[in-house]
Amino acid sequence: MFDFLIHGFDVALSPLNLGLALLGALLGTLFGALPGIGPINGIAILMPLAYTLGLPAESALILLAAIYTGAEYGGRMSSILLNVPGDAGAVMTTLDGHPLAKKGLAGPALGLSAVSSFVGATIAIIGLTLFAPLLAEVAVMFGPAEFFALMVFAFASMSVMMGKDPVKTAIGAVLGVLIGTVGVDSSTGVLRYTFGLPELYDGIDFVVMIIGLFAISEILLMLEHANRKDGNDGLPPLGRVFISLKEVMACKWTMGRSGLIGFIIGILPGTGASVAGAVAYTTEKRLSDKDNSFGTGNMRGLAAPEAANNASAAGSFVPMLTLGIPGSGTTAVLLGALMLYNITPGPMMFSERPEVAGGLIASLYIGNIVLLALNLPLAGVFARVLTIPRWVLVPGIAILAFVGVFQLHSNLAAIYLMLIIGVFGYLLRKLGFSLAPVILGYVLGGLMEQNLRRALSISGGDLGILWQSGISLGLWIAALALLLLPWLLPKLWQAKTSKA
Amino acid sequence: MKINKGLSMYAGMLALAGGLLAAGNVQAQSEATECIAPAKPGGGYDLTCRLAANGLEKTGMIDKPMAVSYMPGGIGAVAYNHVNGVRDDDPNLIVAASTGAAVNLALGKFGQYDADDVRWLGALGVDYGAIVVNADAPWQSLDELMEDLKANPGDIAFGAGGTVGSQDWMKAALTAKAADLSPRKLKYVSFEGGGEALAALLGNHIQVFTGDLSELKSQLESGKIRVLASLSEERMGGPYADIPTAAEQGYDVQWPIWRGYYMGPNVSDAAYQKWVDRMSQLAQSKKFAELRKDRGLFPMSRFGPEFNDYVLEQVDQFESLAKEVGLKQ
Repeated sequence: MFDFLIHGFDVALSPLNLGLALLGALLGTLFGALPGIGPINGIAILMPLAYTLGLPAESALILLAAIYTGAEYGGRMSSILLNVPGDAGAVMTTLDGHPLAKKGLAGPALGLSAVSSFVGATIAIIGLTLFAPLLAEVAVMFGPAEFFALMVFAFASMSVMMGKDPVKTAIGAVLGVLIGTVGVDSSTGVLRYTFGLPELYDGIDFVVMIIGLFAISEILLMLEHANRKDGNDGLPPLGRVFISLKEVMACKWTMGRSGLIGFIIGILPGTGASVAGAVAYTTEKRLSDKDNSFGTGNMRGLAAPEAANNASAAGSFVPMLTLGIPGSGTTAVLLGALMLYNITPGPMMFSERPEVAGGLIASLYIGNIVLLALNLPLAGVFARVLTIPRWVLVPGIAILAFVGVFQLHSNLAAIYLMLIIGVFGYLLRKLGFSLAPVILGYVLGGLMEQNLRRALSISGGDLGILWQSGISLGLWIAALALLLLPWLLPKLWQAKTSKA
Repeated sequence: MKINKGLSMYAGMLALAGGLLAAGNVQAQSEATECIAPAKPGGGYDLTCRLAANGLEKTGMIDKPMAVSYMPGGIGAVAYNHVNGVRDDDPNLIVAASTGAAVNLALGKFGQYDADDVRWLGALGVDYGAIVVNADAPWQSLDELMEDLKANPGDIAFGAGGTVGSQDWMKAALTAKAADLSPRKLKYVSFEGGGEALAALLGNHIQVFTGDLSELKSQLESGKIRVLASLSEERMGGPYADIPTAAEQGYDVQWPIWRGYYMGPNVSDAAYQKWVDRMSQLAQSKKFAELRKDRGLFPMSRFGPEFNDYVLEQVDQFESLAKEVGLKQ
């Protein structure tokens, strides 16, 4: 049964492919670390190169998959060090990762996120190896109604993040949802809030949103404080460099749970690493945040999204390899690469082209080991980036993002938009808003609206479709429980004790 | 020292990334040719540009590699405005386009410019629409589906990867029209890309998927779907040989999705003719035929004024269809 995997390791361990996996892991880390590129663009740009070089199909796929995996590792770097998410999956990583760095624990934070990434990815790859065809059947049971219920669940789970200022969290999320509505309405083709500018037809790009909201607003904050002479430009002390085994072990269940959550969400076509990170983070906060320290530099708050976003990346290979349906934007591009090589993904691929299917899965195992080996010792080196003054680092990142975004748009409109969003982000921060709910609202809101409208156009406007299936009903109940239990349980407890 | 080490390492990484980006996406020199893909990397327009770039390079028709640059926005509208307003006479620039661009031009979604504001160069390949159902669906032929559709239009949900008014929707609308059903009564669900729509079909959330033949190749072998009709003039070969056309089954629906290029409005006749000759020559080469096949495209050779007329006529057709179904006043 696992002949394909044995054959796959044979393929993946050949010197050329091993070298490509290494190269891909390095490049991917880089693409993930630099805000403005991200795995989709990195792969799309390198794909024609791989094809032109005449690499055989399995080698090209190994290279591209290693880039994808590497990017999920790299995305955390600027999240932790600079509070600017490197890619979509790393938004939640900023919440506890950056506070850790501020405490002088940048090294251990990077180390822990490397270990979490490894654990999450490994859980998902094992799941992929063992259950791929079965899981693919489950994934297609998710229709628009089920996705809508899943988004309701995701929003409900965000309620735990309300923290000390619930109104501001809610307003932030709503602002995000509003920004997400800009562009061509996906079901009717009507233009919304585009003001006649064709540059806005496609909506606001994720990279533009992230760089504007996080990096530009940070620069503005720095400018504001530039003339103060308090002698501290925000440089944290650089404490110890390596993570201890004890700290890793303390997070082992967090990593396990989050890896599983990430894998399941990754399998579903249309949801990605950002949703996985958000659900894993909020779940973990609910389960293990005893002293309310999530958001202030809790190791578990860092481990959860990191394990989940890597697991979801591996999970998104399930529908791609078994059904030929992309599980994420990045696998959609990878699917295009397969087409170029005239390979038809699907269950047959495992028997007809075992060197491709097996080679890819084996290279995922190898790629993750390589990435762990690469990232653990280097955590200290990367952490030293923080010894560069922030007024050099953050504008530097922003300039790189400008170049990257311009390269992908050939148009200044995206840059202007990024600046406008930056000012908006600055105002939000001055008013004491947290930025994560804005981003989550922006990502989840769009998915939620699209799926609601799809479901209603299938049912002809009958709302009943939203809770018709077992899956969606289960998700609704879970969402309600998340919202009501924290409020209900203490009251029930009180009633019980007062009776006795 | 420590600081420098970290800094130089980081700087090195950044330089490497910059170099890679530049390698994949070289800006045009004055002599070099360039193709604008009016989309993000990795999409259909990217492939259209690469088809010309790889083809011209492999057949030795250009000496320097053709640069491919990206200009997403408005499904091609941003690039259309850019070529009309800024690089209107660049003799070395071609821009990827497809049937989808013609649909948007017909709907007036390309801003102030019309279909006759650019010089349509030619098409190098074509794909065809297809009407697809789940393998477990009750319909064995297009006729059976159409009969059912006429009787209970509310029970059959169509879905595809584009919005109402997009070229994906047009396939569904034309199919409905062929069954004497107003496209406005058709139940249509829009997805983000063909892949999501296909997933919804496999999960029985929608009943009919109006996709493209090339994206169905992998699904045909798995036996999970049934293609009721291809929207082509005649039966296609290879893995599609068993799929009857809609016309064969008595329904006059055709939907070719051409993949071609246009040039700026003020490009000189000489430069335009040079490109027309280059493209026609490319289309006849054997090496190119292989490239085209790898991308799942079928042959189509219309170049120069002939192609220009073809596009303008198509835009007219779409416009009247859009008015008919109330998408445009």
